[in-house]
Amino acid sequence: MIAGPLIVIGVLVVGFIFLKDSSAPKLVIVVVAIIWGVGGTVALYLLAATYVSKLRLSSQRKIAPVIFVGPAVVLLGFFLVYPTIETLYLSFFDATSSKFVGLKNYVFALTDPSMTESFRNNALWLVLGTGFAVLFGLIIAAMAERTKRWFELTVKSLIFMPMAISMVGASIIWLFVYAYRPPGNPQIGILNAVWAALGGEPVAWLLKGPLNTLLLIVILVWIQTGFAMIILSAALKGVPTDLLDAGSIDGANELQIFFRITIPYIRGTIIMVTTTIVIFTLKVFDIVLTMTGGNYGTQVIANAYYAQEFQSFQPGRASAIAIILLILVTPVMWYNLRNFRGQTEAFK
Amino acid sequence: MTTQVTEHRSSPAARTVLYVVLTIIAVVWLIPSLGLLVTSFRHLEDINQTGWWNVLLHPGAANLTLQNYAQVTGIDKAGAGAGVDLGNAILNSIAVTIPATVIPIFIAALAAYGFAWMKFPGRAFFFIIVIALLVVPLQIALIPVLRLYIKAHVAGTFVGIWFAHTAFGLPLAIYIMYTYISSIPRDIFESAFVDGANHFTIFTRLIIPLSIPALASFAIFQFLWVWNDLLVALVFLGSTAGVQVLTVQLLNMVGAYGTDWQLLTAGAFISMIFPLAVFFSLQRYFVRGLLAGSVKG
Repeated sequence: MIAGPLIVIGVLVVGFIFLKDSSAPKLVIVVVAIIWGVGGTVALYLLAATYVSKLRLSSQRKIAPVIFVGPAVVLLGFFLVYPTIETLYLSFFDATSSKFVGLKNYVFALTDPSMTESFRNNALWLVLGTGFAVLFGLIIAAMAERTKRWFELTVKSLIFMPMAISMVGASIIWLFVYAYRPPGNPQIGILNAVWAALGGEPVAWLLKGPLNTLLLIVILVWIQTGFAMIILSAALKGVPTDLLDAGSIDGANELQIFFRITIPYIRGTIIMVTTTIVIFTLKVFDIVLTMTGGNYGTQVIANAYYAQEFQSFQPGRASAIAIILLILVTPVMWYNLRNFRGQTEAFK
Repeated sequence: MTTQVTEHRSSPAARTVLYVVLTIIAVVWLIPSLGLLVTSFRHLEDINQTGWWNVLLHPGAANLTLQNYAQVTGIDKAGAGAGVDLGNAILNSIAVTIPATVIPIFIAALAAYGFAWMKFPGRAFFFIIVIALLVVPLQIALIPVLRLYIKAHVAGTFVGIWFAHTAFGLPLAIYIMYTYISSIPRDIFESAFVDGANHFTIFTRLIIPLSIPALASFAIFQFLWVWNDLLVALVFLGSTAGVQVLTVQLLNMVGAYGTDWQLLTAGAFISMIFPLAVFFSLQRYFVRGLLAGSVKG
């Protein structure tokens, strides 16, 4: 009765010590880590299930929810709810987190030149990045729908592909597109090669503000258009055929049908896609960190957070920036909650 | 059906324009990645002498090599890129990603079942918190969690980052799984209960097998998310030598070898092999997951 849990816990402890301070070959550590992590979770569940199943039915009813929902609640509380409160608290303290400074960090976050630059750039990212991603996604989805199936699938796969790779990887791809050599050298970046072929002098694109921010936004559009396209494409296929036929019987041409019938019909999906990309854009930091490190006038809020915490060692300021990010997403949070309450029967 | 109707309506000329425009867009989308792929197989001297597109224009004169890949993976320890060891980083990425994908699926499936089919005090309250957490920016949690990790000596360990990724992935995982599990017909459970099964047997024998599509969708989502993540890896593993994952190593390479394109391109392509393989083989599930979970921030 007691041996089972002791063995499981013993193995888990031994495994943890092995993983923490092992000098075994990397491959061995990786295999042990995967078995320990995955197996440990399953073993703990099976252990709990075995013991609770032996209890009387009335006590089972009380304990079972703890075992099912408990782990998730504990993890969310520890990793998200508690830290949010702690971050709010830290945002009122100085760099050492010991001296109360009132709203000083918020004044910094809202008025320092590096921060106003971030807010201005983020506004550009939100409007242009989200706008073009949704617009291109919609146009490509609508066009692809009118082609043969194999062609539609191929085009969509190619445009969707950047969604699969990391933003660091995507940034390296685009660093090479924007590569610059001084005049007189062969241009190996395709943008400068095209620019030179058109008669221009080579440009160090990433050093040139405010153009550089626009060029970073291009990367976001390159990644997110595929996302918008896939979701909107599914929505377009859901528009009832008789609705479109009714339009054409009434003598409307294809464009009129698209703007008067299709767009209003998929309006909800367009809003949802836009919101998702807005939130994604608000938190984008990988692209800026990899491409420019936030220099040359390209700073954004999420990278300013990272720079304050891990480069300037100003946890108070970083926390204030994080709280501002949180405040910026609360309208979406509220919308999700309201939407969900309307949808589900179970919680009424 | 829609496709056929609209196809009838368009004139042949309009249809040709459609195909041409879409082909141009697809090619434009592909060009940046193609440049990376081609360059990763060229010698540094060639890369600096001529644009990568020359390889496509004059394939006969192309002088390709696998040397760059040998250098970045640490197989070839001499020459440029000595000190770059992405072979190690690949193992680290695998060690981080597999448990950080499986553990949240399991915990989320348990929680989703609890929320969908059990009655307990605080059920609505906890579920509202899950929905609210869907769009919370991770930045809000990093500093306090990192401080606790440093105190507990789990900063820089795989265990630490698994649980961080697990917790950060949970709201979406629970949401996707809840939507799926709550739509399973009640009759199935009731007949099982009559047969004397309890929640645990129902969960392992009925729910898990029935939820495979939802589990697969989230698994792909979380795999790509964790594999491609930079922020969480930088914060919780970043400064520790030996456990750095691919994205962190790539970022370091941009700083250290900014103009050694043969290394950067080969390294970047290595980091994309796994996600692209997963993406192309399981695209259907990935799309389904996106459709279900596009509320995530």
